[in-house]
Amino acid sequence: MKILVAVKQVAALDEDFEFRDDGRDVDPDFLIRDLNEWDDFSLEEAVRIKEAAALPTTVVAVSVGPGDVDEVLRKCLAKGADRAVRIWDDAIEGSDPIAVARVLAAAVRREAPDLLFAGVQSSDHSFASTGIATAAFLDWPHAAVVSQLSYTPGAATAVFRRELEGGLLQEVEIQCPAVLTIQLGINTPRYASLRSIKQAAAKPIDVVSLADLGLVAADVGEAGSASRVRRMYVPDKGHAELIEGGAAAQAARLAAIIREFKGDSA
Amino acid sequence: MSGILVVAEQRRGELRPSSLELITAAQHLRRPGDEVGVAVLGNAPERHVSALSLAGVDEIITLKTAAAEFDPDTFEAALGALIAQRRPDVVLVPHSVDSFGYAAALAAKHGLGFATDVFDIRRINGELVATRGGYGQKVSVEIDFPGRSTVLLALRGSSFKAPEQSGAPRVTVFEAPPVAGRSRLREFIELPAADDVDMSGAEFILTIGRGIGEEANVAQFRELADAIGATLGCSRPIADAGWLPKSRQVGQSGKTASACRLYIAMGVSGAIQHLAGMKHVSTIVAVNSDAGASIFGVAKYGIVGDIFEVAAELRRQFEGGAA
Repeated sequence: MKILVAVKQVAALDEDFEFRDDGRDVDPDFLIRDLNEWDDFSLEEAVRIKEAAALPTTVVAVSVGPGDVDEVLRKCLAKGADRAVRIWDDAIEGSDPIAVARVLAAAVRREAPDLLFAGVQSSDHSFASTGIATAAFLDWPHAAVVSQLSYTPGAATAVFRRELEGGLLQEVEIQCPAVLTIQLGINTPRYASLRSIKQAAAKPIDVVSLADLGLVAADVGEAGSASRVRRMYVPDKGHAELIEGGAAAQAARLAAIIREFKGDSA
Repeated sequence: MSGILVVAEQRRGELRPSSLELITAAQHLRRPGDEVGVAVLGNAPERHVSALSLAGVDEIITLKTAAAEFDPDTFEAALGALIAQRRPDVVLVPHSVDSFGYAAALAAKHGLGFATDVFDIRRINGELVATRGGYGQKVSVEIDFPGRSTVLLALRGSSFKAPEQSGAPRVTVFEAPPVAGRSRLREFIELPAADDVDMSGAEFILTIGRGIGEEANVAQFRELADAIGATLGCSRPIADAGWLPKSRQVGQSGKTASACRLYIAMGVSGAIQHLAGMKHVSTIVAVNSDAGASIFGVAKYGIVGDIFEVAAELRRQFEGGAA
């Protein structure tokens, strides 16, 4: 039995940053990279299912990205993934979530897992699209925003709860294999121990090319994408009036705002 | 055909409020001769016709489905068939938990131009341009869709106001193809209230976020909330960690601060899902050590500083009966 977990190396902005010369993205020198927060939860969910399973179950972390993505894949291996797959070709640069999903779908076909997990969204660009688009290319059943899951490897169905708006939940049964996008809070992700970090160094990361997956350059990058970035800019930040001074002065002003509110509402 | 197709979402017999905002968004894109159609799906879609008969709507398209509630296979088959027949230039859907489950699949299957969490749309030299956030909402990103004859956009809630005036659109029935759904809704579950707090009814809220650092620090903010007479709320990471019950979470998946008039956010970065529950509050005060935090974008007053120092000083202000 096998669970595939799609993970992404996300990028956060440095305190001061500059845009690229073409103005369509941030200069990569100013990006701080890490494993997407949602993916930490979906990996943990897969590892917990594996640990509780009667049948031998493999957890495979898969990511689309260049060599430095190995860093997040090592993190996944340290947290319990058995092996990792990284897919890259320079033609993939500039792919949107639809093009990335096309690549992931091809990798999923090759691995033939029983379930594919993806994060609900990524913390950097928050499209909330890659997992569900991957399901469409695979023509697999799919569900988004799963906040509780009951699944036994080998079972024909999984039962889960979707977290809807305003504190409402839905309980749903789905046929497997399926794609589920996993919400924050579904579990408490573990920390990797020093020992597991050491062990992770010996676990394999398969590097797969587009050709290995039967894809061509036109399937990815700008040509394979459903959108194109025209321009990136820093928006007008709104007009918060900054309360200056030390903590005591700031608190005094805040107290005055509270008293004014209470006076009004009294 | 050209024009704009709006997808209205409903749940348990009620239209989702963000659906109506899409009708206003459609007017921004409308060109001479363009029609705006609103599609509504369900086992009794005709019940929504009167609520959707609004100014700016030319046609309401009802798609009767076997499933009463949202189901991804049903939505993709029905909307896919409708898009193939009508060939709209633009399809607008809400950026919602349900659209997370079908919009990307629809775009992938039908080769549509596609973007989500869009908060601004316009035409520049005739070309559709959508604006969304990037890098944790710290930048804005303008996106276009070269070579795509139909573009599907999921619009962020509250980006547009719902139309107020009624209209008299024609009503068309579209025969949705039958679907063997591969997932089945068992039931809806309301989260039981873990305590008797009513975030939606609270007028004065003090919310804490990830910036409080650890669980042991919750107590001092609970005491501060009591001292200043505020209801204590939290952002998602605090509820996920179990430091406060989910019933105190403000945001998209938690509660909306509907009655709130003064909202103090301490150590809350301002993720878009949190803002969805509170950005409408008339007086928001944000306290955060990160001057670049998104929460300052919606705040009336901002304090860039250490939340523990500000909290301690604020409590001092209210001790000794000074309140």
